Amino acid sequence: MKNGLHHRRRNLKSNFAYALCALATITALIPLILILAYVVFQGAGALNIDFFTQLPKPVGETGGGMGNAIIGSLMLIGIASVVGLPLGILAGTFLAEYRSPRLSWTVRLLADILSGVPSIIIGVFVYTLLVLTMKRFSALAGGVALAILMLPTVARTTEEMLRMVPDSLREASLALGISRWRTIVSIVIKTAGGGIMTGVMLALARIAGETAPLLFTALNSRTWPTGLDKPVASLPVQIYTYAIAPYADWHQQAWAGSLVLVLIVLILSVGSKLYFGRKMRRVR
Amino acid sequence: MPENISEPRSMRKRIAAVTTVGRGHLGDSLFELLVFMAALTIVLLMALLVYKLYQTAEPSISRFGWGFLTSEEWDPVNDVYGAKPFIYGTIVSSLLALLMAIPLSLGIAIYLSQFAPRWLRSPLGFVVELLAAIPSVVYGLWGIFVLAPFLGKTIEPFFADHFPGVPLFAGPIYGVGLFSAAVVLAIMILPTISAISRESMLNVSSEQKEAAQALGATPWETVRMAVLPLARPGIIGAVILGLGRALGETMAVTMLIGNRPEISASIFAPAYTIASVIANEFAEVTAGLHQAALVELALILLAITLLLNLLARLLVQKTGSRAAKTKSRRA
Repeated sequence: MKNGLHHRRRNLKSNFAYALCALATITALIPLILILAYVVFQGAGALNIDFFTQLPKPVGETGGGMGNAIIGSLMLIGIASVVGLPLGILAGTFLAEYRSPRLSWTVRLLADILSGVPSIIIGVFVYTLLVLTMKRFSALAGGVALAILMLPTVARTTEEMLRMVPDSLREASLALGISRWRTIVSIVIKTAGGGIMTGVMLALARIAGETAPLLFTALNSRTWPTGLDKPVASLPVQIYTYAIAPYADWHQQAWAGSLVLVLIVLILSVGSKLYFGRKMRRVR
Repeated sequence: MPENISEPRSMRKRIAAVTTVGRGHLGDSLFELLVFMAALTIVLLMALLVYKLYQTAEPSISRFGWGFLTSEEWDPVNDVYGAKPFIYGTIVSSLLALLMAIPLSLGIAIYLSQFAPRWLRSPLGFVVELLAAIPSVVYGLWGIFVLAPFLGKTIEPFFADHFPGVPLFAGPIYGVGLFSAAVVLAIMILPTISAISRESMLNVSSEQKEAAQALGATPWETVRMAVLPLARPGIIGAVILGLGRALGETMAVTMLIGNRPEISASIFAPAYTIASVIANEFAEVTAGLHQAALVELALILLAITLLLNLLARLLVQKTGSRAAKTKSRRA
C-alpha cells in the first residue's frame, strides 16, 4: 500500500518534470512569435516602393526610403564575400586535406576562439587596422570587418564537409594519375560543394544582420554609395540610427527595415537548412 | 570528433607520401602553399588583433595602470577614465540573463533530447534556433518599443510594490535598464545554451539510460540519474558559451540598458556595458586618451571572452570525446 503510494508520487514527479520541460519550450517560442509578428505587422505598414528606391529624407519631411542602405549592405556583404570566402574555404581545405598536426590544432582552436570574439571588438580591431591607416571610414573597412566575422564559420564548415567525402574518391582520382591539387579542387571540393554552400549561406546570414562592427568602420551615410573608400550606409546601422531617434516617422522606417533584414536573414538560414537536408537525404 | 568518421589515418598518410614525394608537381606545391597561407591568416589575424588592441590602448594602460579597473570615474571632459561601472554593468546584465536563460534552456534541451515525440524534435529544435538568427538590432528595436514599456508597466512595478524596501527592486522605474537588457539577452542566448546542451545530452549512450530504466526509474529519474550527470561538462560548456555571447552582445543591450555609467543596487536602474560604451562613443573620438581608454575596455572584454571560450571548448570537447569513447567501445 505504502509502496504503491510511493510509486504514484514518483510518477507524478516525472510527469511534472515533463510538463515543466514542455512549458520551457513553449515559453521560448513566445518571444520568437511576438518579435516576428511585430516586425511583420509594423514593418509591412511602412513598406512601399519608395522604401527600396529613395534616399532617406531630412528630419521633418515624411517619406523617403532606405535605398542607399540596401545597396550599401549588398556592397558590404559583397566585399566580405570576396575577401572572406576564398580565405575561409582555403583554410578549411588545409584543415581537412593537409595534416600538419601542430598547425592544424592551432588553426582549429584559433578559428573557434575567433568565432567567439564579440563582433564589436572586431570592429575596433579593423578601425585600428584600416580606418586609422587610411584616415577615413570606408566601405572597405566595413567589408573587411564582416569578412573576419565570417572566416571561422566558413573555414570550419568547409573542413567538416570535406571530411565527409570518402577517401575512395580521392584514391580513385589519384590512381588515375591526377595530381593532388586537381583531385582536391575538382573531386573533393566539388563533391562537398553543396555542404560548403550551406556553410557559406549560414555565414552570410550571420553577417547580414551585424551592426556593431559597422558603426565605426563603414559608419553611415545619407547619400548613395560612391566608392569603396567612402563611408557607406547599411540596413542594420540605419535601423539602429532610426530606432534611437525621437521621430515616429523614422521608427516606422526602422520597422520596415527590420522586416526586410529579417526576411533576408531567415531566407538565408532556412534555405541553408533545407538545402542541406535535401543533400543529406541524397547521400544516404 | 570527425577523426573517427574518416577511416584509417595510415591510408591518408600513404596517399600523401605517394603524391608529394613521387613527383615534384609545381601545381601541388603552389596549391599547398596557398591553403597553408590561408590557414596561417587565421593565426596571424588573432595575433594582430591582440597586438593592435594593446598598442592602441597603451597610453591608457600606462597612464591609469591597474587603477583603471577600480575607478568609477568616466569623464571625457577632464580626460579621466575608469572601467568599473562598465565592467559591473557587463557582468551583472549577463549574469541576470544567465539566471533566466539556464532553467529555460535546460528544460528545452531535456524536452528536445529526451521527452518530445520523435517527429517533433528536429522541427522544434530548428524553430528554437531561429531565435539565434534574428539580428541583434531587431531585438533592440523590439525591446525599445515593445518589451521595455511592457516590463516597465507590469513586472517591474509588481516587484517594486510587493518587495518594498528591498534595494534590488528600489528606485524609479524607466522601463529601460539592467533588467530589460537582461531579459532580451536571455532570449538571445537561449538557442546557444539549449542547442549545445541538447547535443551533449544526445551524446549520452543509450546503455546508460536503459540501465536506469531497467532499475525501474521513471523518465525523469532516468534524466536525472543517467543523462544529466554524464552530460554535465557539456552543459557547463554550453552555459559558459552563452555567457560569452551575452558579455559581448552590443546592439540590443545598448538600446535597452539606459547607458548610464552608474553602479546601483537596483536591477531596474539604468547601467552601461563595455560593448555599449564602445558602440556609443568610439565613432566620435579622435586619437588620444579617450580612444585609448575605450580600446582598453575592448581589451578587457576580449580577455574575458577568450578565457571563457577556451574553458567552454575544453568542456564541450570532453563530453564529446567521452561519448565517442563509449560508442567506439560498443563497436
